[in-house]
Amino acid sequence: MIAFKLAYRNLMGAGLRTFLIVFILSVSYVLIIFMNGLYQGWNHHARADMIDWEVGQGQFWQEQYDPYDPFTYADAHAPVPPEIKTAAEQGRVAPILLSQATIYPEGRIQSIKLKGIAVQQDVLSVPTDKLVAEDHIIPALAGTRMAKSARLEEGDYLLVRWRDVNGTFDAAEVKITGIFSSPVPAVDAGQIWIPLDQMQEMLQMPGEATLIVSGKGVELPGKIPGWEFRDHDFLFAELEAMIKTKSTGGSILYLILLALALLAVFDTQVLSIFRRQREIGTYISMGMTRRQVVGLFTVEGTMHAILALALAAVYGIPLLLWFAKTGLGMPEGTDSFGLASAERILPYYSAAVITGTILLIMITTTIVSYMPARKISKMNPTEAIRGKIQ
Amino acid sequence: MKKTGIALSIICATALQGIVLAQPSGKEILDRIDRNMSSETRYFKSTMIIHGARYSRTIESQSWAEGDQKAYTEYLSPAREAGTKMLKLEDQLWIYSPGTDRTIQISGHMLRQSVMGSDLSYEDMMDDPNLAGKYDAVVTGSESIGDRDTWIVEMHARVEDVAYQTRKLWVDKSRYVPLREELYARSGTLLKKTELSEIRQIENRWYPGRIVFKDMLKKGEGTEFIIEEIQFNVDIPEHLLTKAGLR
Repeated sequence: MIAFKLAYRNLMGAGLRTFLIVFILSVSYVLIIFMNGLYQGWNHHARADMIDWEVGQGQFWQEQYDPYDPFTYADAHAPVPPEIKTAAEQGRVAPILLSQATIYPEGRIQSIKLKGIAVQQDVLSVPTDKLVAEDHIIPALAGTRMAKSARLEEGDYLLVRWRDVNGTFDAAEVKITGIFSSPVPAVDAGQIWIPLDQMQEMLQMPGEATLIVSGKGVELPGKIPGWEFRDHDFLFAELEAMIKTKSTGGSILYLILLALALLAVFDTQVLSIFRRQREIGTYISMGMTRRQVVGLFTVEGTMHAILALALAAVYGIPLLLWFAKTGLGMPEGTDSFGLASAERILPYYSAAVITGTILLIMITTTIVSYMPARKISKMNPTEAIRGKIQ
Repeated sequence: MKKTGIALSIICATALQGIVLAQPSGKEILDRIDRNMSSETRYFKSTMIIHGARYSRTIESQSWAEGDQKAYTEYLSPAREAGTKMLKLEDQLWIYSPGTDRTIQISGHMLRQSVMGSDLSYEDMMDDPNLAGKYDAVVTGSESIGDRDTWIVEMHARVEDVAYQTRKLWVDKSRYVPLREELYARSGTLLKKTELSEIRQIENRWYPGRIVFKDMLKKGEGTEFIIEEIQFNVDIPEHLLTKAGLR
């Protein structure tokens, strides 16, 4: 306890120098928690958005389907398995049929993915209720990104050309009956949604699908021959890898700040030990062991981190809570990498992030405080009292 | 009066019989086109003019072909395309790009892309020319194109794996060279149109000197293909129609 009291007095005595170090360390606390909270928030939102718009509670893929290999699209289709046909009819799972197609907006040629989805599905947030057919015209939905790139507006007619199951060309006009805004580019960019039954008819693939998205509370069969189940771990692997890369890049900023603060603590410790040799000699001559004196100086250094934690709490808690409420606007084009991103990301500060940050700063400060203090254990107390440089 | 009626009937019957005899069947027309236009080997130098929405581009090339299964094309100009080579071997297509010194195989969705920005896709180039084997051809009438009389031959696919469900050909009645072709989707939408003109006699065949391809769903004036020089039954160096010939 004496060590803490002495350390506190010494730090307060140092005045401005202590304040500067404590301030920089407190900024490190706030910044590390904020940055990690931001990435966690992004991950949290992106996962929730992807579940709502793209992946559901997992997907069954026709065994030949590979989303990264368009060569597979032509052959990746099979009848919806009888095991989940009832759930599909009730809209609790959403079969999706996928094909490559070409559109001709204003006479320009553009390759797209044509996706067929059941109108009555409740699994994904794609507004399939807007896929309303009228006068034999095929209704179609486009996302805002697709609408922007092809200059489409609601009510526009669009010529689509595709090849059926035999490779025979066919073409028809579709009517854009709805344009939706989605934070998930994977359901928007370069694609158009049409009713599943019409697409099956167009492609001459009755009752077939490329993938089946599962909804909540659906009891899925373990294995379906010809289909492979993709769970959240698989479907989110890419998102997690991308956020991890971004998080590593972002950590460089706060690690530099933390390194500067720790360097200041280290320098302060070296200077203290150099200038306070007589004090050290006195402590030892008064009966303190060398280990106790080393401990005293280490606590003094570590107390920077404790004071910084208190200061960070004073201004950091309101600041971080404000960000958690208002969020941070993401720059335009963040989703151009294909990564799900809302317009504003609300940071999510988990207990693990807060505890981890406090421990990280405390431990590193203790280490950099201890390192110079080790020199005390080699000091000769008589010479230290005389103030002789050792 | 009765005699006149009988005479008229005989004249009409004879005339009709003459017309029926003169009108070849769709298959016969396709065979005659094949005999007229195909050769064991051929070499031709051509200019392709691609009419875009804002400007036109001209690409010169020379090609060697063996039957309808093997073809080799080398682009000569403009400088950006010069040295690019294309090789078709049966149902496979490779492109060599001198800029990257790489040979890539065009397959899958890449086959749907346009050749050098033209109205032709790679898969159009890969299309099997053996129409008689896949389509039922019927002569549906005749029509004049310019000063030439043509048969209209309508072809409906009798097999399932064809790119176009219906094709329509306008074939010169005396020269047996097509002057126009239209390609239709299953729904009946006209997808592509080809006009062949400047028909000239080369050796003992009639051959078009200018072909205009037009993707009917796309805006623009289409792509002109002008044959500057053509030779039939030429000797083609053996290495040219192999992948090694691309480098």
